[in-house]
Amino acid sequence: MLLVRHHPMGSATRMGPAYFPLVLGGLLAVLGGVLALRALAVRGAPVGRLTLVPLAVITVATLLFGVLVRRTGVVPALVVLVVVSSWASRRFSWRTALALAGALAAFSVLVFVKLLGLPMPILGPGLGH
Amino acid sequence: MHDLWSHLSLGLASALAPGNLLYCVIGVSLGTLIGVLPGLGPVVTIAMLLPATFTLPPAAALIMLAGIYYGAQYGGSTTAILVNLPGETSSVVTALEGHLMARQGRGGVALATAAIGSFFAGTVATLVLAVAAPPLGNLALGFGPVEYFSLMVLGLIAAVVLAHGSPLKAIAMTVTGLLFGLVGTDVNSGVQRYTLGVAELSDGIGFVVVAMGMFGLAEVARNVERETTAGAVPVITSLMPRREDWKRMAAPILRGTALGSVLGVLPGGGATLASFASYSLEKKASRFRQEFGKGAIEGVAGPEAANNAGAQTSFIPMLTLGIPSNPVMALMVGAMVIHGIQPGPAVTKEQPDLFWGVVASMWIGNMFLLVLNLPLIGVWVRLVRVPYHALYPTILAFCAVGVFTLNNSVIDVYLMALFGVFGYACARLDCEPAPMLLGFILGPMMEEYLRRALLLSRGDPTVFLRRPLSAAMLLLALAALVAVTLPAVRARREEAFAEDAA
Repeated sequence: MLLVRHHPMGSATRMGPAYFPLVLGGLLAVLGGVLALRALAVRGAPVGRLTLVPLAVITVATLLFGVLVRRTGVVPALVVLVVVSSWASRRFSWRTALALAGALAAFSVLVFVKLLGLPMPILGPGLGH
Repeated sequence: MHDLWSHLSLGLASALAPGNLLYCVIGVSLGTLIGVLPGLGPVVTIAMLLPATFTLPPAAALIMLAGIYYGAQYGGSTTAILVNLPGETSSVVTALEGHLMARQGRGGVALATAAIGSFFAGTVATLVLAVAAPPLGNLALGFGPVEYFSLMVLGLIAAVVLAHGSPLKAIAMTVTGLLFGLVGTDVNSGVQRYTLGVAELSDGIGFVVVAMGMFGLAEVARNVERETTAGAVPVITSLMPRREDWKRMAAPILRGTALGSVLGVLPGGGATLASFASYSLEKKASRFRQEFGKGAIEGVAGPEAANNAGAQTSFIPMLTLGIPSNPVMALMVGAMVIHGIQPGPAVTKEQPDLFWGVVASMWIGNMFLLVLNLPLIGVWVRLVRVPYHALYPTILAFCAVGVFTLNNSVIDVYLMALFGVFGYACARLDCEPAPMLLGFILGPMMEEYLRRALLLSRGDPTVFLRRPLSAAMLLLALAALVAVTLPAVRARREEAFAEDAA
């Protein structure tokens, strides 16, 4: 139950811009301190088994999309996102994952790029386009 | 009275314009379509579909978003009734009695009851909105920075009081949100704050990025971990409520509507609070209270009416004061700002066709819900069966594409991933994300008003207590804060939320 949420305070350049964050930061530090002490003093419900694999896989998949979308375009980026993130599930199967990836990539190209005209490369410069 | 009709007819004219009508239908259908999918609530639905509304004219965009909101809400109830997988907290109580009804072969009746209750409540709440908005807007026109600051304090405190779990944690989350809201260039001095030298952060963190990370990604991670897939979907036989059902649902719907309309206006309130309150009220007030826990129709009719009424009236503080009372309204504020509209009292005066168009479209949207949904129940049932391992990569894909296209920025995608991790950690530590999102939206506004107020008073902080309205609001906030820490109130509050834990 530990709350580790102490943000870097930022540079207090002048009295003006630093005033509000300083007050809030101070408040948060106090609250965090109280919560942390209470967590040590009071025996609360256990946090529960941490299963970090799904979280990690999903985060990595999202980050990969970010890395790829500019370089290789939205189609490969989506395929990677869907296939990698599917991996987080216990019911992973290559067939579903690939079929889903294909369908979503096609849908995104049609609806987002063609229909709504959102600015995204379909196949990016990283693939020689 | 005359004003009311002229406003409503102006609104109807705007809402019935072919373009707007079309977007209302699209919004309601899309909202229901996505809301029906297990594990997807209104916040994620709206956040995901937001980019699709950017290219629309402002009125059409808002009408569509409002449609998505109550569509998603209704879709969530459908999932709750059919498979006992409520997608959001406001349909948790619907699942209690509704799913029991479905298991007894009365799922169709439960769905119809929900639709009828929602429609009635929506109609009344739209009228409440139309009656209450102009006077409130007029009152708000007299607000200075002092009043606004105090109002925001009150709003944030209310969000803390109404959040689940420890109030201390909720306050910490609110303050965290306020701080995240300050990332970017300081408006007054141009100084970069908390940007860590990243140029993309100088415009601040987009609220959609935060919302999708905290509500989308984090939820997905939580759900994958305990992966639940809908079991057998009960067979729907007859939709039509029997004569006895009609009689039994009437009073709960009326009570639910009244309760929801009032609770929706409260800062921090809205659909969730309304449905919980209505459920406990029905449990005490109903003549059939011994049937609760066995599939009582009152337990569907009341909360469904209440959550729809609450959803509608929560637009009141957002549209008239510019202050969002829950995460959905925070998204709405964001959407309005993107379209160049600063929500607040001025909107009613300067853009009456937009304001009243949105109000009237709510009623039309609710009617569509009724006529669209009941015949389409077969489709929804099939959607409910979509297995989660096929669903969540789709959610991720839409979140990723949506966030990327928002500003065409890769940094936003990374940030969303970070907020996903943060949101997951918060969820595991029983810290509610809703107060944080509110703080995030209100942070910059609050700082601005605080500065202006102190500038006008020449640095004298007692100005907040010398203005009567402001003092009253601060006192109310303080009283609420003291109240939650009192042991007696605390016990009752925990009791009230206990059902949610199940």
